[in-house]
Amino acid sequence: MKNNYSIFSLLKNSISYHENWQQAWRDPEPKKEYDAVIVGGGGHGLATAYYLAKKHNMKNIAVVEKGWIGGGNTGRNTTIIRSNYLWDASAGLYDHALKLWENLSQEINYNVMFSQRGVMNLAHNLQDVRDLKRRTHANRLNGIDAVWLSTEEVKKFCPIINTSPDIRYPVLGGTLQRRAGTARHDAVAWGYARGADAMGVDIIQNCEVKGIKRNGNAVEGIETNKGFIKTKKIGVVAAGHSSVIANMAGIRLPLESKPLQALVSEPVKPIIDTVVMSNAVHAYVSQSDKGELVIGAGTDAYVSYTQRGSHDVVEGTLKAILELYPIFSRMKMLRQWGGIVDICPDASPIISKTNIKGLYFNCGWGTGGFKATPGSGDLFAHTIANDEPHKLNASFNINRFVSGDLVDEHGAAAVAH
Amino acid sequence: MFIITCPFCGERDQSEFSAGGEAHIVRPKQPTELSDDEWADFLFMRKNIKGVQFERWNHAHGCRKWFNVIRDTSNDKIHAVYKMGEKPPQK
Repeated sequence: MKNNYSIFSLLKNSISYHENWQQAWRDPEPKKEYDAVIVGGGGHGLATAYYLAKKHNMKNIAVVEKGWIGGGNTGRNTTIIRSNYLWDASAGLYDHALKLWENLSQEINYNVMFSQRGVMNLAHNLQDVRDLKRRTHANRLNGIDAVWLSTEEVKKFCPIINTSPDIRYPVLGGTLQRRAGTARHDAVAWGYARGADAMGVDIIQNCEVKGIKRNGNAVEGIETNKGFIKTKKIGVVAAGHSSVIANMAGIRLPLESKPLQALVSEPVKPIIDTVVMSNAVHAYVSQSDKGELVIGAGTDAYVSYTQRGSHDVVEGTLKAILELYPIFSRMKMLRQWGGIVDICPDASPIISKTNIKGLYFNCGWGTGGFKATPGSGDLFAHTIANDEPHKLNASFNINRFVSGDLVDEHGAAAVAH
Repeated sequence: MFIITCPFCGERDQSEFSAGGEAHIVRPKQPTELSDDEWADFLFMRKNIKGVQFERWNHAHGCRKWFNVIRDTSNDKIHAVYKMGEKPPQK
């Protein structure tokens, strides 16, 4: 039984110099057999395990993770959460996630520091204006809050933006989703891990999948560096490495894996209290609670698993940042890193069964998976438990690439690819 | 970011080139006779290999010619470059 985190437990533990906090999750060895195994211990994988145990009563399950939990894209993204996507299917998916975010800290008794500081998307040319206005209307028809801001309103909402008409890509307006914002990315992984562990889920770190064993058209288990684990259901949530797992099972996915970069500056006093994204010039920025500017750059335009990314991509982003925010010109950048994102041809994810019985994939989140973590886990758990998709992820099946019923979200995906 | 040896221009920075994805995907000879599954396979499904991959590149800001590259996607090391229509070099 896990003790509840609260102001009282904090006081109690302060008396013993915080040396007696209960272990947040166990470090078990794998059992011989599970009812389901989740491959990938990032936010999405841990959320899947949490909802499988909580809502579908599947407690004899495991999460296997090659490295440590939350060490992949969960710990590498820029923590932006929003749901202002164009199509009905995406609006349903991402707003489902946003609604779960709004109550997540209470639900899992872990402070994920969800901050609804708003996300503003800027328009820099007439086509941007048309596209973003259209998206605002589409959002509102789907019950998602969105407003169009004129250049003056953009300046009022975020005064440090350079709205001069003389810059190369002037700000012609923007959209604002006030319910959008950021969260603490590590806390999401840790909170779900703690919650899943409390219900009996085995979280097995340093456990790399080496092969998927099939008997005819059904899965029998996974080969790992900790031995064979028998299971009838495998949910793969391996982000950039999804194709690697798919190749083990002998199938191909419509994915390309590319490095996506981000960087943070030295910490400074509060200067920007919202999230500003600019697709056309590819610059987005917010400020973390520690005071660092968190800046998202673009993807390299070729397949690579190097978790680094190219310098010219960072340079391009910083040029755009400096033109939009001249106030940052003396800031020093502290850290830069890359994560491998798996991109679908239509910039929408796959949460789906496959033609192999018992093999499920949750992948293709590309450059924007963090925002969907709770919703993705909830819907993937539903898909695994019932062997059928939930109505909210029915459109995000692999077969859409056969039927042609794609969900084209390149416009809302923010990172051009 | 790395250096690519264009078979026509020589060593240039990767930023001069654009990647054309997986190589040796043969365009169907009889497109009208393809099933939806076969179309999906041709258009969308990719090996997306972590390791040595055969791929196409275009010298977009140079001679604008297409060619093939064998590159290890786990460390971006290029093993060989060869022209379109040529067989990949045996190692």
